[in-house]
Amino acid sequence: MWEKVKNYLVANALNLNIGFFLFLLVFIIPQFFANNDSILLVIRGLIVATGGGYIFYKLLLFRKNNPNFKPSESKLLVDVAGSIIAILTGLLFGLILMLIVNPGQAFGGFFVILQGGFRNIKSFGDMIYFSVPIILTGLSVAFAFRTGLFNIGATGQLTMGAYAAVYIGVKWGVIGEFSPFLHWLVAILGAIVAGALWGAIPGLLKAYRNVNEVVSSIMLNYVAMYLNTMLIVKYIYNRDFARALAPKSTAVTPLMNLHYLLPNSSVSGGIVVAIVVVIILHIILNKTTFGYELKAVGFNRDASKYAGMNSKRNIVYAMVISGAVAGLAGGLMYLVDGKFLQPLNVLIPEGFTGIAISLLGLSSPFGVLLAGLFYGSLKQGGFYLQLYSFTPEIIDIIIAVIIYASALGLFLQKFVIRAMKKREMLIDQKPEEAVEGSDA
Amino acid sequence: MSFADIMYFILPLVIASTVPLALVALGALFSERSGVINIALEGIMIMGGFVGAITIHLLEENAHLPIQTVALIGLLVGAIIGIIFSLLHAFAAINMKANQIISATALNMFAPAFAIFTARIIFGTQRVPIGDSYIITRVPGLASIPIIGDIFFQGAYLSTLLGIFIFIIAVIVLYKTKQGLRLRSCGENPQAADSLGINIYKLRYVGVMVSGALAGMGGVIFVLSFSTSFNATVAGFGFLALAVLIFGNWNPKRIIMAAFFFGFMRVISSTKSVIPFLNDLGLEDEIYLMLPYIATLVVLAFVSKNSAAPRAAGEPYDPGKR
Repeated sequence: MWEKVKNYLVANALNLNIGFFLFLLVFIIPQFFANNDSILLVIRGLIVATGGGYIFYKLLLFRKNNPNFKPSESKLLVDVAGSIIAILTGLLFGLILMLIVNPGQAFGGFFVILQGGFRNIKSFGDMIYFSVPIILTGLSVAFAFRTGLFNIGATGQLTMGAYAAVYIGVKWGVIGEFSPFLHWLVAILGAIVAGALWGAIPGLLKAYRNVNEVVSSIMLNYVAMYLNTMLIVKYIYNRDFARALAPKSTAVTPLMNLHYLLPNSSVSGGIVVAIVVVIILHIILNKTTFGYELKAVGFNRDASKYAGMNSKRNIVYAMVISGAVAGLAGGLMYLVDGKFLQPLNVLIPEGFTGIAISLLGLSSPFGVLLAGLFYGSLKQGGFYLQLYSFTPEIIDIIIAVIIYASALGLFLQKFVIRAMKKREMLIDQKPEEAVEGSDA
Repeated sequence: MSFADIMYFILPLVIASTVPLALVALGALFSERSGVINIALEGIMIMGGFVGAITIHLLEENAHLPIQTVALIGLLVGAIIGIIFSLLHAFAAINMKANQIISATALNMFAPAFAIFTARIIFGTQRVPIGDSYIITRVPGLASIPIIGDIFFQGAYLSTLLGIFIFIIAVIVLYKTKQGLRLRSCGENPQAADSLGINIYKLRYVGVMVSGALAGMGGVIFVLSFSTSFNATVAGFGFLALAVLIFGNWNPKRIIMAAFFFGFMRVISSTKSVIPFLNDLGLEDEIYLMLPYIATLVVLAFVSKNSAAPRAAGEPYDPGKR
């Protein structure tokens, strides 16, 4: 056992050192320089340089180890290129729409969208804040998708999670007097459990009654929506404002020192939770037998059964995990100062956005993280778009076009592969010409 | 209130919600029978309702047409927009063999955003106002028929009556004509249908377009019957229609019954305070609103073995597959 740990530490010494260094830079050091803008600027620069340098180093290493790498044969690269084309299509559509509506301000507005969350420190922090629930619902949908299930019910699971979290946040203040962090943790656990239970229903129906999970989770979305309204009015209603009561301050998501690095923004520790979930799901899906079984059942239910896997149980587990992540999204979304659950009988849109994010992120946890941040950036762009004479709904239009374009994935992939092969042929031809030249 | 009074009060309201539900569910039936799952109904309804409402608004302001003609034009425009919008889904699902749930989700996201965006540009707010009330107080002649006249032809909407008529026509086309049979065969066994010289792609396009037309029209009916403005939403009627289709086991007669039951629950949730019996029960509105969805889940769970769902629905057509 110790031998193994030691080997792991030695083999990953560089990764661990860089990780520790970044941890210090993000969570520990900034609090000592809270009011010193120039030092904070240096710290931010160091973080970007370290992260960027690390990625660059990895790319160089990869090229060195794979000299004959052909982009068109890498499924990952082809898929990523497909996603990028879909994104460009969506942005182009947005630009055209803006040109039609108001040609004078279209390019200015478009630049604001592109700038997105990278406008200033505040918008960067807000981008992270808004992307947290999106990343988590995206993970929920992506996890189900990898196991062959289409979880269109993330909205419902998110709603149940949000209700459970807010309920615990409002009513169980006793825990908060004992320990604030514990109160938040219990509220979050409540959200996870509520989401998991709500996700288990379509899983059970699929496994034991062969009910299509798409249909059952659409129904459950609406049941959750009405249930949420009913329970809010019954137990945690604030009549003066016609909304749910605010959770006690002890249940609000801790800031985890992030506000020192990104002052004035709404950023909170939610992003840390989201990244932890990304890593956990990545490990489950790619490094464990359990995840392998889940994926096998998704590929071919009968074959996995024949191989001795319990396909029914695995379907239920997959939906439970997916639901738990969506519930967590709901918890983190509403355990925030100044955000209130509302008894409006409207589906919470973040659940459906998760489908888009999962698709853009190619259903891989790290991809979803990037896609979620991209969405957060677009949203920030939409927010600042109001400086120009456009409404932020244009972002939703762009996202819808992006999903539609990525739904045409097969077509895009063929296109990308053809373009890549053309380029490779050009590169291959050059040395051959040289050889011919020397012969003559 | 006596029982009869309650019935006369409730039934017209129930019929007003039954008709759009049944019509949109029938649209979904057309699409699924041809082999394409269409969960974009909500989005198509929003698009149809939105453009229909704009048309009606503009006609009210600028043209001096009889009020029911305006409604009729609005319905027609809604249907045409529905067809155009559904073509996007058809193209992705049929030609591109895309995941039908994903492309439909894209349309569902697009429609409300587009409606709000455009309405803000045209009107400054996201609401599209509709001035007149399109209710017909008495249909001449027919309203004097006892009982039926009271329920159907007093305080009814032209859109409702037209919806009933179109529903009947559509059912006859789907179940009593050669083309209808061919369309249904595409959703059951497209390979076999293809071998008999039926053009699968064409008929699937027809199926999706019919569903688009009915859903678009359903959106306009929704606007005309339930509110005085269009606010970029059809209150989940598109998804409710999907539930109606499943609860109705893909069968027109049962679709009507399901739509009636679902409509009944919606009406009860808002009118229960005037019904003594229900008022005494003291249940929340939401319980009645939830019930249709729960009933659909229960039906799905317990009778899924006898499901009459088209067998090839949701699968892209692959001529090489047997």
